[in-house]
Amino acid sequence: MPGTVTDEVELIGTGRGGGGASSGDGGLGGGGDDWKGSSGSARVPQRAYVNGMVIALGGILMFFMALVSAYIVRKDMPNSAWVQLNVPPILWLNTLILIASSFTLARSRGRLLANDDAGFRHWWGVTTILGIFFLVGQVIAWRQLAAAGLFLATNPASSFFYVFTAAHGLHLLGGVLALLWVAFRPTHKLTRSTATEIVSMYWHFMDGLWVFLFLLLLLGR
Amino acid sequence: MSSHAHTGHAVVVEPSGFIRKYIFSVDHKVIGIQYFLLALAAVCIGIVLSVLMRFHLVYPGAHLPFVNGGIMTPEQYLALVTMHGTTMVFFVLTTAPPGGFGNYFLPIQIGAPDMAFPRLNMLSFWVTFLAFVAILAAFVVPGGAPISGWTGYTPLSGMGEVAGPGEGGGQTLWIVSISLFCLASLLGALNFIATTIDLRAPGMTLFRMPLTVWGWFVTAILGLLAFGVLLAGGILLLLDRSAGTSFFLPAGLVVNDQLQPHSGGSPLLWQHLFWFFGHPEVYIAILPGMGVASHILSTFSRKPVFGYRAMAMALCAIGFLGFMVWGHHMFLSGMSPYSGFAFSVLTMSIGVPSAIKTFNWIGTLWGGKIQFKSPMLFALGFVSLFVSGGLSGLFLAQPAVDNMLHATYYVVAHFHLVMGVAAIFGIFAATYFWFPKMFGRMMSEPLGKLHFWFTFVGAYCIFMPMHFVGLAGGIRRYADATGTSYGATLQPLHMFMTYAAFITAAAQLFFLFNFFWSLKHGAVAGKNPWNATTLEWITDSPPPIDNFGGQYPSVYRGPYEFSIPGYQQDFIPQNLTPEEAALLKLK
Amino acid sequence: MRLGNRNSERGSAATAALLALLIVFLVAVTVYFFVANRYSPPPTITAVGRAVDHQYLLTLCVTGTVFILSQLGLAYAIWRFRDRGQPAHFTRGNNTLEMIWTAATIILFLGLGLLGRKAWAEVRFTPAESNAVQVEVTTNQFVFNFRYPGPDGKFGRLDPKQVSASTGNPLGLDENDPAGKDDIVMPTLTVPVDHQVELLIRSQDVIHNFYVRELRLQQDAVPGMIIPIHFTANQTGHYEIMCTQLCGLGHYRMRSFLDVVSEADYQSFLKQQQQGAAQ
Repeated sequence: MPGTVTDEVELIGTGRGGGGASSGDGGLGGGGDDWKGSSGSARVPQRAYVNGMVIALGGILMFFMALVSAYIVRKDMPNSAWVQLNVPPILWLNTLILIASSFTLARSRGRLLANDDAGFRHWWGVTTILGIFFLVGQVIAWRQLAAAGLFLATNPASSFFYVFTAAHGLHLLGGVLALLWVAFRPTHKLTRSTATEIVSMYWHFMDGLWVFLFLLLLLGR
Repeated sequence: MSSHAHTGHAVVVEPSGFIRKYIFSVDHKVIGIQYFLLALAAVCIGIVLSVLMRFHLVYPGAHLPFVNGGIMTPEQYLALVTMHGTTMVFFVLTTAPPGGFGNYFLPIQIGAPDMAFPRLNMLSFWVTFLAFVAILAAFVVPGGAPISGWTGYTPLSGMGEVAGPGEGGGQTLWIVSISLFCLASLLGALNFIATTIDLRAPGMTLFRMPLTVWGWFVTAILGLLAFGVLLAGGILLLLDRSAGTSFFLPAGLVVNDQLQPHSGGSPLLWQHLFWFFGHPEVYIAILPGMGVASHILSTFSRKPVFGYRAMAMALCAIGFLGFMVWGHHMFLSGMSPYSGFAFSVLTMSIGVPSAIKTFNWIGTLWGGKIQFKSPMLFALGFVSLFVSGGLSGLFLAQPAVDNMLHATYYVVAHFHLVMGVAAIFGIFAATYFWFPKMFGRMMSEPLGKLHFWFTFVGAYCIFMPMHFVGLAGGIRRYADATGTSYGATLQPLHMFMTYAAFITAAAQLFFLFNFFWSLKHGAVAGKNPWNATTLEWITDSPPPIDNFGGQYPSVYRGPYEFSIPGYQQDFIPQNLTPEEAALLKLK
Repeated sequence: MRLGNRNSERGSAATAALLALLIVFLVAVTVYFFVANRYSPPPTITAVGRAVDHQYLLTLCVTGTVFILSQLGLAYAIWRFRDRGQPAHFTRGNNTLEMIWTAATIILFLGLGLLGRKAWAEVRFTPAESNAVQVEVTTNQFVFNFRYPGPDGKFGRLDPKQVSASTGNPLGLDENDPAGKDDIVMPTLTVPVDHQVELLIRSQDVIHNFYVRELRLQQDAVPGMIIPIHFTANQTGHYEIMCTQLCGLGHYRMRSFLDVVSEADYQSFLKQQQQGAAQ
């Protein structure tokens, strides 16, 4: 019933095996060289994980765009008594930290490509710490707002502020956890190269999303 | 037929132990059956709810033993309406086609050993299961199930108990359930898209994929882009209800002479968010059924799908346009009438690819050699029902006419014909078609035919007269249909529909019995009882753990190579090499 | 691989005949009921209503034709091409046919949609005339209230904090606003015939809807918004107003009446109400 042992031997040896003439008429399918099993027992091509991340980011983007459009609609409602929120200044620092973390992340991946394992770990760690600092900074921003009497339900602008920052923060926390996971756990299905690639895609996306949300909150009138 | 199959896949080890094999399994086939069984439970509940509704409409004063106080109250009726819609749309129509059949057969039809992300797949199912538990819990919390309809319009759904019974814990659980469902669906959509893009067998180009795969693929893209929006709306609604925010609740609301503490939100915002999701959602409900119908019509006519490429492109067009028409649910909502007209034009356009599909289905039958097995009967029924239900949409798509038909039973007739019957027929067709492959046994043909005749006739008897109730001004979601001055004149129609509903609901017992009886006692099925061409029919029934017993196929031709002139048999499976196919030529 | 044998051919004929006949029967019954018009809305009392009816009829003709042709085509194919032991006729499709029926459908459907613009535009794109009779419609769980501005022609200010249905101020008329003193609040709607009426539709709690079948006009009442619609009734009479948007447990019984009366009767109605209010 399960696959036979001989298949495993062939997997390591030859990749496609069998009568391999099948690429003849334009086989675009998911077969091809990725099935060589270059990462041991992986049967899903590494490319699938990268595509999976792109797809996931598409879904996440729609979620945030729904919140953003709700914000824009609410802000532009006539007679809406919209009171503009003064963004806590620490948000500038947080934004810089997050942008910096994208640079350190890119640096880290560069070190990985250059086979500099120590360098990779170092910059990966710096990125993780910067991410944590960002989250702490966001919490501080919340406390500053609360001290100024602005809570979730105080007015529409404050509601959206908390919703945006909480939604983004939760996703970024997921990113921090992913950074930690790559650092500490060996990957079996994903190569390290793929794992770092997809975590990095996610991180840069969250960075870009934050910059967008930040500008939105700043420039609203 | 597995010569020249490549074996470059990893060993798939069968899990041991009941829990890992049948409960927390990562095998897409087990997960598919789990989704299917969940949908089966949900549809039984949904049918019971609707039978109760129909009963109440014609016997409002009847004493019901299981109802608190004996006679159904208006809020109980509205709770039935809400829960019927919610269970059916989410836990049946959005669960069985993609989650059930898509999960089981997408990997096999593209020649893959499993989904791209099996553990994510398992997570999707169990989160869906949690969502189901949450919605069922709404029945038993104090205050009962919510009464705001499956559409949950604010402020009715956003103010808590003050707005009405069922608007307390019941409504909150509804939102929690829907939100969990959104998460599960997003994960599932991700899996489907990644799998379709990256795990296709060598030789399976996009235009050699079966139309079932196209259906699941486009459905998954719709789901990916739509469910996030509903999730956002659900979170904002929860905040309005429990954290004092006012996203959807304007200032100055007065309920029972009490001024509510909200300020400046917009009820229309909820509608926009809901329907931006809600319209793609109904296409999510029907597209897999369209794929299945094309597949089965071709197989049982022994002809290729007429205009395969056009059919695939039409699925894409319906999906794409489906994102641009949500405003047609809001013509009279207070939305700008200019936007309304724009949405109307786009909605009329979506009729075009749907019409193309209908013509191509008839074209597939034309000149064929039609075999009336149960799957085929339901596929034929699908076409007829889709025509009926789709055409009534053209009335509702025009805002001027909508003035007359909005919120009447005409709307209820329209969406039930397309969703509540056509899409269900797609599920039935798929079940009869793939049961032999999934369980290694044939379902009983006589019972299947009996099920079909009763359901086809019964469904039309229920939902065709409903158009007339609506035309005459019968308003939907009324707990008592006789309150209006003219309501009594429509009661004969209601009576007819109710008895048709009783009979049709009872006839589903044929299906239930057939399904469970055949699991043990059906005739043993071979690999390819229907002489079909796609990849699932080359492997054992049921398939082994890795789908192909180590011999993964490559694909050499399209999925509907039937009745090619000059061959000994009227079908050529996708995985035969040109040399092997040549052996089948007539001498 | 021949799958037919004599038995299956006979069985095939019976099933094919039954299904084809059922579909034909369905078409016949459906067409009959739509044509016989036994269950239809009451006659309309406005010119716009007649335009709506006309558009409905046009749509019925178009969709009816497509319905009949598709269903009968399906039934015919089912019967004619049942398995009688014949080989199927192999074809992958016909691009010309595809283009023809795609073009035809586009023209038909889009044409239909564009033709319906006028009936919509007349009510929704065009504001009410300046001499229209203005009535404010306030909905709440589960009643309609209609407010006339009175002789001063001005609606008094409303204050949600002063809403008190139990003490006779269901709309929350601000007692500090003199313009509201002469406002007339009624549970039913009375309007003059052949005179444009503008309704300002609002809600106090949840979304409701104002619908009169004879006007072929309905509009959601949305809290936080005041939505104007207008109509001109050409016939006197007593008509039912319904709420069509699910608003809670009393949704099914939320109802009122529209009385269209002669201009003279309307003036005396107003006078009577003013005298009543003054007392």
